[in-house]
Amino acid sequence: MLPSSRTRAFARAINAIQTRHLSTNPSTTPIASVLIANRGEIALRVGRTASELGVRCTTIYTDPDSHSQHALSSPFAVNLGAPTAYLDGERIIKVAKERGCEALHPGYGFLSENSAFAKRCVEEGLVFIGPPWKAIEAMGNKSRSKEIMIAAGVPCIPGYHGKNQDPEYFLEESRKIGFPVMVKAVKGGGGKGMRIALTEDEFLSKLESAKSEGRNSFGDDEMLVEKYISTPRHIEVQVFADKYGNAVALGERDCSLQRRHQKVLEEAPAPNLAEDIRQDLWEKARAAALAVQYEGAGTVEFIFDNDTNEFFFMEMNTRLQVEHPVTEEITGEDLVSWQFKVAAGEPLPLDQATITQRISERGWAIEARIYAENPSENFMPDSGKLSHLRTPQTSDSVRIDAGFIQGDTVSSAYDGMIAKLIVSGPTREVALRKLHAALQDYEVVGLNTNIEFLKKICKSPAFIRGEVETGYIQKYHDELFAPEVVEPETFAQAALGILAKESLEKGADFPTGPHGQATGFSARNERQFLFMDSSGSESKQFNVTINQSGQKLYNIQVKGPGIDGSFENVVCEGGVPSISTFYPHTRIESTIITDGDKLTIFQQGKKTQLRLATPSWYEKALGLKDVTNSVLAPMPCKVLRNEVKEGDEVEKDQALVVIESMKMETVIRSPQKGVIAKLVHQEGDICKAGTVLVLFEKVSILLKQRGC
Amino acid sequence: MSTFQASRGVLRLSRSITKLQPPLNLPLRIASRNVATHTLPSQADAISVLPTIIDPSSEEYKENARQMSTVISRIEELTKKIQLGGSQKAREKHIARNKMLPRDRVAALIDPGTSFLELSALAGHEMYLEAEVPAGGIITGVGVIEGVTCVVVANDSTVKGGTYFPITVKKHLRAQAIAQENNLPCVYLVDSGGANLPNQADVFPDREHFGRIFYNQARMSSMGIPQISVVMGACTAGGAYVPAMSDESIIVDGQGHIFLAGPPLVKAATGEVVSAEDLGGGKMHTSVSGVTDYLAVDDAHAIVLARRSIRNLNWPKKQFPPPTAYEEPLYDPEELVGIASTNLRKPLPIHEIIARIVDGSVFSEFKRDYGSSLVTGFAHIYGHKVGIIANNGILFSTSSLKGAHFIELCCQRQIPLIFLQNISGFMVGTDAEREGIAKNGAKLVTAVACANVPKFTVVVGASNGAGNYGMCGRAYSPRFLWMWPNAKIGVMGSEQLTAVMEAVGKAADPELKERIDKESEAVFSSARLWDDGIIPPSHTRRVLGLSLMASLGGKNEPVATKFGVFRM
Repeated sequence: MLPSSRTRAFARAINAIQTRHLSTNPSTTPIASVLIANRGEIALRVGRTASELGVRCTTIYTDPDSHSQHALSSPFAVNLGAPTAYLDGERIIKVAKERGCEALHPGYGFLSENSAFAKRCVEEGLVFIGPPWKAIEAMGNKSRSKEIMIAAGVPCIPGYHGKNQDPEYFLEESRKIGFPVMVKAVKGGGGKGMRIALTEDEFLSKLESAKSEGRNSFGDDEMLVEKYISTPRHIEVQVFADKYGNAVALGERDCSLQRRHQKVLEEAPAPNLAEDIRQDLWEKARAAALAVQYEGAGTVEFIFDNDTNEFFFMEMNTRLQVEHPVTEEITGEDLVSWQFKVAAGEPLPLDQATITQRISERGWAIEARIYAENPSENFMPDSGKLSHLRTPQTSDSVRIDAGFIQGDTVSSAYDGMIAKLIVSGPTREVALRKLHAALQDYEVVGLNTNIEFLKKICKSPAFIRGEVETGYIQKYHDELFAPEVVEPETFAQAALGILAKESLEKGADFPTGPHGQATGFSARNERQFLFMDSSGSESKQFNVTINQSGQKLYNIQVKGPGIDGSFENVVCEGGVPSISTFYPHTRIESTIITDGDKLTIFQQGKKTQLRLATPSWYEKALGLKDVTNSVLAPMPCKVLRNEVKEGDEVEKDQALVVIESMKMETVIRSPQKGVIAKLVHQEGDICKAGTVLVLFEKVSILLKQRGC
Repeated sequence: MSTFQASRGVLRLSRSITKLQPPLNLPLRIASRNVATHTLPSQADAISVLPTIIDPSSEEYKENARQMSTVISRIEELTKKIQLGGSQKAREKHIARNKMLPRDRVAALIDPGTSFLELSALAGHEMYLEAEVPAGGIITGVGVIEGVTCVVVANDSTVKGGTYFPITVKKHLRAQAIAQENNLPCVYLVDSGGANLPNQADVFPDREHFGRIFYNQARMSSMGIPQISVVMGACTAGGAYVPAMSDESIIVDGQGHIFLAGPPLVKAATGEVVSAEDLGGGKMHTSVSGVTDYLAVDDAHAIVLARRSIRNLNWPKKQFPPPTAYEEPLYDPEELVGIASTNLRKPLPIHEIIARIVDGSVFSEFKRDYGSSLVTGFAHIYGHKVGIIANNGILFSTSSLKGAHFIELCCQRQIPLIFLQNISGFMVGTDAEREGIAKNGAKLVTAVACANVPKFTVVVGASNGAGNYGMCGRAYSPRFLWMWPNAKIGVMGSEQLTAVMEAVGKAADPELKERIDKESEAVFSSARLWDDGIIPPSHTRRVLGLSLMASLGGKNEPVATKFGVFRM
């Protein structure tokens, strides 16, 4: 498949590795202090290894992060102020020098792949714990990196990006690439102006259709053509290189499971990958690193074609990746420690043969990213306070890299990753089962997370078989988002939890003696609880009737759409937040976290969110306004701009306000036809969820204005 | 529930066996010693633990249990029916108006996890030929609201529009008497059409009639006993004074109405045509007249407001013994069903009953071998120290003297008294009279009458003659008086009564015996409020526990007793 010239270039690169590997001559400059120019879990992660190496850590933080764990982790912590200050390179360099730091670790994100910043660090005499700035620069440029890779014999995705827009010429190029191909408008995006031609026959018509859509959508029909991979996988190789020209591949990672082009689950090794292809991937990755005189940790990303077993270079990430722990688990090495060593001028701690041996012995590792987001709403980011956080027991095979503890706030100013849960096992099946078990013990309340979604992935049959691809979530959408059925016992537990909490909160004031016991003939001590499931639909109400017949003894009835349960002689050992209940058929232990009328119930590894119906009188007694009079912010956000003016008449679904939350823009549309009375917030205002953004005129006023 | 409790009972029994085992090292006792040998607390306590000889497999037990179960299930069925309230139609109409049924109102009013001590559920049963009046058309009881023990009085408008029959008045007044004697705040859930007019003669004019309700409200308020009312329906004529005489009142918008005369009467009297809402609706009374203080959206909201008012009473809280401070009885209280008998001529083993009521079945008996037809002693119920006086036969001079002595002890020590009544009377005959049974019995009656400690009476069997007085019958103002289903009350048993009638030369009416029998029954008594309710024997401990908490908590403080002259 590969052109012969590429193969030769590749062989040259490999020879270069081998010759240089022999000529190591350490001349080290030990690092005794470091400034960690990052936040959250990675700042803590770097700090942990640095402390183990006896390196003094200085951390930086911003105003919203002033009480975050990374800011508290070191006695040397510097406040940079504004939320965006993690990107203020000059300021950070100044702080590092003032605080006498010899080195700077950029973590991932922020300044980690900023070649100018890396260059400035070196100029200011700081050791930048990362690759040479030139390597960052080379890999940062898409077209240049491709050229370098092609020169080094690393396969890149075949395509034609030229100026000749003649359809026949395109067809000729497509034949060279090999069908199927994808034609794409150069200025296109979001699928607009994009067509897939499976065969030569349909190519010209598809090209014309793409061109016309491009013209109509953005007034430009300049096209490019690339090989189309119908079931792609994302496989990347962790590489490490030192300044002596040694480069090793620390195995590959499969990161195919993605949503919104961001990784969710990462595993190593990649499943269903032939050993010769694996070795080929590793060799190409090392060649890629050597081609740019790489030093330190890097990741070479490939797109892998499941149908043909071909793989193509995508890009190289010149930093430590979020998912580096899976590699650490399968190699038994601390990659941050490697970074420090390489930055200090030491040679790589292990050679390729030893690493290969290690990986073959150490089984499988999977990382699940725990995100503050709402999977059922297209993974919309969420933020808020971690009012309840219980994490699985960590061990040699269960690891948690987290930046938050209970009580912390996940700010909308930064990425919503709460933690990484890394589980390893002798085989993929065992690791996956253990991951599922660990996720069942992972309890988060206060914001939405993807934990329930991750549990479903762990149980998804195709995923268990290792049939991964980047479109997995879309492909199995119906399976992964099947509505959850809430068991009657869950409703019963929720009601018992509320009772237990209320009585225990009274403490010594709660009457004891015979209270709670049935007293008198056919004594009834009945109470009803009206719940709604997380859909919040008023029509889906579940009625729990609890009749207390003894101090811990209850008869419970649960009724609702599709649910009819009755439990007699239920013994409940109440507690806060956990209750243990003995039903006639089973024992159920639940943790019930209440926040106003919202309840989160964790039981038997499952999380259920319920809402206790507001009382009949609630809205009227509190004088709550009709909600259609106003438009509320759906999440914590920043107002980017108001699209209308006060006094404007708007139609239903007309854009009113554009907000930004977690780096995502959302357009708030009008729920009705009406007149804008007031724009409550102006550009740049920070709003909490539920804040009124727009007020409408009352209908009566509207009628009056019109002279009705 | 029963299986669960039964298994606990077995545990207790096995524990008791170990406790009662005699020490094995008796021969080691040294005959002469002059140093104090240490006695273990467990050894010292063993002398107070009541033993049991009840055999649930015995024929006698089974027969008792069979007969008692019949009576109990009859009352259970009757109670269930009464708890429904008015007719199906009336209830449906009530709910259709978006109103909560009165029992649901009470359930929502009291704290979750607490028990409501209902009073006289059988009030009015078979009393009126013209109408069934379930529960007397009014639900009363003692319940905990926001941690405060209160008396709750709730009209049931599904029963004859919540109008006051004579028994309704009596039940309302009895609830107020309980509130007054025990210093309990009152919550009135008002939903009543006022006096039942056809019965006005037995409702309106007398001292203990309708007017007494408002008198009591005023007097109680003056004593610092809070009066809270929630107007959830009609509140007409005299009834209008319930909210008007309360410390705070709440009214449900569009549902509660307060007026001295309703729209039809106003039209008849003055010709004025006015709607109920304008005349006495919630909005008018909270914003114009000020008759009520809070306007509620609906029943549930009104109850939330009432609970809030109770929270703001600033009512003192007394700490009661925690559950760790006491043990349940060693023997299963469910066994009382086989111990009690419907045949009151058979003696009741009173120690067996006490052993199933008091903490750990521990009873420090006083004067055990003197006047043994009356059992006296100290015990605990849910950690509260109590003095128990219980019949174990006819009252003789000795037993009367012993009882008076024991009451004196309890009054001096501020220990509440519990009377377990099963008495056919004082002993008669030459010997008895010559011993001065009249003056000795009088000593017991004097002691009972004057005792100012809280008194509680449970009629576990017969309640006849002057024995009723000596054992704190209704006339002696026990804080609460409860009946077992087998209990019978009357001046004497029907057989004796017939015999006496014949002896004085009157031919006994053939139907008399039957009538006396019927009028002596607990259900008959309870319907007329001669007691505060019939209770399942196995719940005696719980009921007494709740009664004690009602009379000892909150603002209740010990009151000294001054006895009258004891004839010597």
